[in-house]
Amino acid sequence: MKASAGLYLAIARGGFRRYSTYRVATLAGAFTNTVFGFILAATFLALWRAKPGLGGYDTGQAVTYIWVSQALLVTVAAWGGGFQDDIQARFRTGDIAVDLYRPVDFLGWWLAAELGRAAFQLLTRGIAPLAVGVLAGQAVLPHSVLTWPVFLLSVLLAVLVSFGLRFLVSVAAFWLHDAEGLRALMLVVSMFMSGMLLPLTLFPEGLRQAAQALPWSAIIQVPCDVFLERYGDRPLTGRVLGELGFQLLWAVLLLAAGQLAQALATRKVVVQGG
Amino acid sequence: MADPLLARVRWAATSWRLAAAMWMRAALSYRTSFVLTSLGSLAITGLDFVVLVLMLRHTGRLGGWTLPEIGLLYGTSGFSLGVADLLIGSVDGLGERIRSGALDVLLIRPAPALSMVCAERFTLRRLARPLQALLVLGWSISALSLQWSWGRVLVLLALLVSGTVIFASIFVAGAAVQFWWDESREFQNAFTYGGASLLSHPPGIYARKLIAGVTFGIPLAFVNWLPLLYLLGRPDPLGLPPVFGLTSPLAAALSALGAALAWRAGLRAYRGTGS
Repeated sequence: MKASAGLYLAIARGGFRRYSTYRVATLAGAFTNTVFGFILAATFLALWRAKPGLGGYDTGQAVTYIWVSQALLVTVAAWGGGFQDDIQARFRTGDIAVDLYRPVDFLGWWLAAELGRAAFQLLTRGIAPLAVGVLAGQAVLPHSVLTWPVFLLSVLLAVLVSFGLRFLVSVAAFWLHDAEGLRALMLVVSMFMSGMLLPLTLFPEGLRQAAQALPWSAIIQVPCDVFLERYGDRPLTGRVLGELGFQLLWAVLLLAAGQLAQALATRKVVVQGG
Repeated sequence: MADPLLARVRWAATSWRLAAAMWMRAALSYRTSFVLTSLGSLAITGLDFVVLVLMLRHTGRLGGWTLPEIGLLYGTSGFSLGVADLLIGSVDGLGERIRSGALDVLLIRPAPALSMVCAERFTLRRLARPLQALLVLGWSISALSLQWSWGRVLVLLALLVSGTVIFASIFVAGAAVQFWWDESREFQNAFTYGGASLLSHPPGIYARKLIAGVTFGIPLAFVNWLPLLYLLGRPDPLGLPPVFGLTSPLAAALSALGAALAWRAGLRAYRGTGS
C-alpha cells in the first residue's frame, strides 16, 4: 500500500507530459478561452458601466474577474473532465477492477495524474488568456508581489476541491454503472455555484449565502478574489487566510469522503467476484 | 444535373436518418443516464439565461436593451445553434475518428461520409437547447408589444432557418479543418458556442472591429443581430442600411456553399491512417 513520493511524482509528471503532447488542441483551447474572455468582458464592461461598483467589484476588478476565471476554467476543470474521462473509459472496458488491486492507492494515483494535468493547463491555457487580457488593457495584475504565491496556493487548493467532487462522482459509477447522468447534473451545479458564470456577490440573498458556503465557490470564486486582492493588497491578512482555510477544509472533507467511498466500492467489487 | 444532385441530397438525408436512429437506440440503453443527462442539458443551457436575468436585475438594461429584447437575441441564437448541434453537431468529433482510424471504416460504407459523421452519437438529449431557447423566445415575444405582420413573421422564420444553416456551416467548415489539423476541435467552439454567446448580447456593447469581423468575415451577425435590429427598428452599430436585415438567407446560402467546398477539399486531402 505504501507508495513512495517518487512514484506519485512520476505519475504527476506523466499527467503533465501526456497533455503536453496535444499541442494544437492546447493552442485551440487557449484561443477559445481568449475569445470567451473578450465576449464576456464586453458584457461585464457594459454592466459595470451602467452600475459601477456592482457586487463590490470596481470595473477593473470585474473585467479582471472574467479573464482570471477563463484562465482557471480548464485548470480546475470547472466543466468536469480530466481524470473523469479516463475513469469512465476504464469502467466501460472493465479495467477499473484491475486499478483497484494495484499496489498504489486508487485515489492517490488519479490525484497525482490530475495535479500533473492541472499544472500543464495552468501554464498554457491559464497564462495565455490572462496575458492577452492584460495586453488588451483589460485585466489588472495584483499590486503586491506576495499575492502571486498566495494565489497559486489557492489554485492548488481549488484543484484539490474540484478533484474531490469529481472523484465522488466517478466512484458513484460503482453503484450507478454509468455516472454520466450524475456528471451532467454536477456540471450544472459546478458552473453556477462556482462563480464561473457570474460572481456570487451578484446572486440574490439566500442563494448567495448558500453558494458561498458550498465547496464549489472554492473552485473559482475564491482564487479569483485572491487574485483581485479583494481583501486588500496585503495578502496575509486574516480574511485571506480565512478563505484559504475554507478551501482547505473542503479539500480535506472531500478527499476523506473519497477515501471512504473508495473503500466501500472496493468491497463491493470483491463481493461481486471482481 | 439537377436530378442527380437532388437524389444525392435525399440519399444523404436518408443515410443520416438511419444512422441517427441507430445511435438513438444505443443511447436509450442506459435509460437513467439518458434522463439525467437530458435534464442536465436543459439546466445548463438554461443557466445562461438565468445569468442574464440576474445581471439585468441589477441594471434593468444591458447596452440599452431590456430583458425581453435580450431574450429575443438569446432565444434566436440558442435555437439556431441548438438545432444545428442536434442535427450535425457530432461532426466536430472528426479529428478523433481520423486519429483512431474509425473514419476509414466510414469511408468504405456505401453512404456519404458527411452524413455518417454528422449522425454519429446522435442523441435527442441535444433537443434541450433549442427547446429551452424557444421557451425564452416565446416569452420575449409575448413580453414585447411588437406589431406582427406577415412580413415580420416571415423575417423571424427566415432568421431561424438561416441562423441554423449558418451555424451548421461553421460546424462543417470547422470539422473540415480537422482533416489537416486533427486536434483543432476546440477552435470551432470559439465560433459556435462563442458565437452563440456573442449573439445573445446586444451588438452595441462590442468593439466596432469585432462587429465588422462577424458581419463581413464569419457571417455570425446574419444569424440574428441584423434581422432583429430590423424587426426592432434599431440602427445598426456599423451604420449598415436596414435592408441588411433581410439578407440572412443569402448569407446562409453562401456559408453552406463555403462549408461544402471546405469539406470536399478536406476529404480529398485525406489520406487515411493505413489501418
